[in-house]
Amino acid sequence: MHTGGNTWTYGDNVDTDVIIPARYLNVSTPEELAQHCMEDMDARFAGDVQPGDIIVAGENFGCGSSREHAPLAIKGAGISCVVARSFARIFYRNAINVGLPILECPALVEETEMGDRLTVDLRAGTITNARTGRTYQTSPFPTFIMEIVAAGGLVPYTRAKMDQ
Amino acid sequence: MGHTTSEKIIAAHLVDGEGNAGSGDPVEVWPGDLVEVAVDVVLSNDITAPIAIREFEKLGAEGTPVNVFDPDRVVMVADHFAPNKDIKSAEQCRTMREFAQAQGLTHHFDVGRMGIEHVLLPEQGLVLPSDLVVGADSHTCTYGALGAFATGMGSTDIAVAMATGRVWLRVPETMRVVYHGPLQPWVGGKDLILYTIGQIGVSGARYQAIEFAGPTVDTLSMDGRFTMANMAIEAGAKAGLFAVDDATEAYLDGRASRPYHGHTIDVRAYQPDDDAKYAQIVEVDASAIEPQVAFPHLPENAVPVSEAAEQDVQIDQVIIGSCTNGRLEDLRVAAGILRGQQVPPGVRCIVIPGTQQIYLDALREGLVEAFIVAGAVVSTPTCGPCLGGHMGVLAAGERAVSTTNRNFRGRMGHPESEVYLAGPAVAAASAVAGKIVHPGDIT
Repeated sequence: MHTGGNTWTYGDNVDTDVIIPARYLNVSTPEELAQHCMEDMDARFAGDVQPGDIIVAGENFGCGSSREHAPLAIKGAGISCVVARSFARIFYRNAINVGLPILECPALVEETEMGDRLTVDLRAGTITNARTGRTYQTSPFPTFIMEIVAAGGLVPYTRAKMDQ
Repeated sequence: MGHTTSEKIIAAHLVDGEGNAGSGDPVEVWPGDLVEVAVDVVLSNDITAPIAIREFEKLGAEGTPVNVFDPDRVVMVADHFAPNKDIKSAEQCRTMREFAQAQGLTHHFDVGRMGIEHVLLPEQGLVLPSDLVVGADSHTCTYGALGAFATGMGSTDIAVAMATGRVWLRVPETMRVVYHGPLQPWVGGKDLILYTIGQIGVSGARYQAIEFAGPTVDTLSMDGRFTMANMAIEAGAKAGLFAVDDATEAYLDGRASRPYHGHTIDVRAYQPDDDAKYAQIVEVDASAIEPQVAFPHLPENAVPVSEAAEQDVQIDQVIIGSCTNGRLEDLRVAAGILRGQQVPPGVRCIVIPGTQQIYLDALREGLVEAFIVAGAVVSTPTCGPCLGGHMGVLAAGERAVSTTNRNFRGRMGHPESEVYLAGPAVAAASAVAGKIVHPGDIT
């Protein structure tokens, strides 16, 4: 699976309240949630994000509340991948389960700036930064996780297994 | 090599290759193992259930509806935006209600019976020692106070768990935190956990299970233990467990909703082995800990209250409640400070008992009268202001001291508002003073 786009860079501890504030949790479709994604941290994001764009962030991305609305909002906004130094564990699971690709790559985060263009090869676990010209390697997912993401999330994956 | 409590509980819930849970032969798991486990309780609430239900229904083939794996073990609570905050919230509660009725769920809690889920489930005896519990709410870790492995997940995980009674998970490493020494006056579970998160940071226990131990926690009440386990997630932890002891047993006596073996027989089997391997062992001198205040905008910004008081932090609102500190002991501490005092004009002090039973007990003990006479207000149980939903949202520039569990930017309302986390004693004292103060300065 290949993906690519321009980057939106953020720091450490980007929590799920800032990704999608609770005042919007009375709706649950990706389209509605996307309109308010990152609103309290970056007012430009929801309006300017383009399909294929990539979020690049620091440590502990997605910390706080377990709200699955957070990766749904990010995916609904058109983000193709989130690359962070590290992820909070509930967000990590939720992203996989809704089919939002995520990668941990401190080396890339170190060298990437807002607006850089990245391309990602999920199966190989590699990310290339067009500006630096470097390709960064991460540990690819275990096979069954890769299958969940490739299926589009845990439900299509589980459904396919139930049908077997 | 021996095992930690979490490793033992997970091993006891393993699904074998044939799809059978707990198939008899002793099996071991080790940190890092990816396993599938059978769950004892699956929980969701009015903001997480709608997505879970939507995904659950996709699991059925055309014309073949899916049923929950066990209607006694799927629990749903309307607590976040209930009593209904607005039309959309009413629709979410209705979606959950209709699903619960269609599936015949035994434990669906609606307005009138509902409470804040992580206060309610223990009160109702729905979680037992050595249970494996998953919930679509990050504070599901609260049940670790009962010696259960309880962890928060998202709605899709919970949808699949509702249908299959199983989840996949990665066996966590364990961090053991050992507390020594007697507590100073006014110091409770909230102060211990804020101090701890201040020491290790919001990702200090990332992906780990925490075992809370030591002579200090042995003497901590169940309410205090629930408070500490509740905030394990704020250090990034997967779960936060206490040993099962006489206090746990006394709490469960007459309350447990299903049979479980007494702690003298089985719990010894779940206690960590002497040679269990820990990722970290942290020793804490609890006797040196003052009441704590966590400054905006991270729970790890904990400082002693005397330091906070020096900064003369003027406040607009106080919240006493939530799954962290909405229990009877918390209300007693707060009422003890507010009784005979007055909340000054310009300060809004909102008290939210965690369940109907706690509200009733508080009424009968005269706590509600003490709150109202002091100029505080008392609400029906709800998560409400904790996540900026309702019942006490903040405007730009406003500051609240709150017994809740998170103070991220915008958590309680406007992104330019501020939340200072504290225990009920500091919260009540600050309500009287109109600024952050040490409880000893009021009483």
